[in-house]
Amino acid sequence: MIEIGLGHYLTLGAIIFFLGVMGIFLNRKNVIVILMSIELILLAVNINLISFSIFSGNIVGQVFTMLTLTVAAAEAAIGLAIIVIYYRNKGSIRVEDIHGMKG
Amino acid sequence: MIAHSIFFYFFSVIAIFSSLMVITSRSTVNSVFFLILDFISVGCLFIMVGAEFLGMIILIVYVGAVAVLFLFVVMMLNVAEQKQSWFIGKKSTHIPTGLIVSVLIFLELLVVVGGWKYKDNLMTSSSLSLSNISNTHQLGLVMYTDYILYFQLAGVILLLSMIGAILLTFRKRPGLKRQDYFKQISRDPSSSIELKEVQSNKGVKIDD
Repeated sequence: MIEIGLGHYLTLGAIIFFLGVMGIFLNRKNVIVILMSIELILLAVNINLISFSIFSGNIVGQVFTMLTLTVAAAEAAIGLAIIVIYYRNKGSIRVEDIHGMKG
Repeated sequence: MIAHSIFFYFFSVIAIFSSLMVITSRSTVNSVFFLILDFISVGCLFIMVGAEFLGMIILIVYVGAVAVLFLFVVMMLNVAEQKQSWFIGKKSTHIPTGLIVSVLIFLELLVVVGGWKYKDNLMTSSSLSLSNISNTHQLGLVMYTDYILYFQLAGVILLLSMIGAILLTFRKRPGLKRQDYFKQISRDPSSSIELKEVQSNKGVKIDD
């Protein structure tokens, strides 16, 4: 309990991952919150990669974390651009209103 | 060691609380603020555990760019009146399905953590063992030599996302006057000077 090891960091990553997945499913109103939940999930993945990298003494995990950060930033930019043009065309970004594919 | 655990619990409790507030907050702007708090506390955890460079990168890239981009989009799109109320509403199958899926993922991750406890000892490779150089120095030693292709690929991904975002949000507005260099340069006096007969008390409309 006092000794902070790898398990503590992995548990923190698991909790944040869980909250991100729950945010995707539970949110019914706003698409931007879904993008934020995806950011939470990627943050949990980064926590896992960095804690494994530190506790196993291998720097490669941190290199991979840099690539994850890049992909997360690119995904946020593209996703927000898509949301902006969707709002410009349809006038709403509520999840309930987006049913163009009848899904 | 005591101080390390105290700081770990402090930052991780803040991180978990703020990520809970991200998904349950009523207004989207509050969600973005709690997302920023989450990034900051996780960045502090990274700095504390020894990955200083990535902690600083998280603070710069996530808090300085991504979260501010979210805030900008939220404020630009005027979604303030669209309060998110995910627990009130028509009966839908999304909430039980989401609960089942996310609780299963959480339990699986906990099983992985628990299984890791019974593994005897971690394989330590040699790259971090020479710890008289800093974390940033170590990262730079491998990133620009062994992983240069992946580094370049990350740059290509960023370039693609920039081009994509500009192309997606670009639109031509009608009635907007732009400077046309070719038209400006190819004018000559015969086409640009025009004599007009001005009638008394009428005036001439110059700009058309």
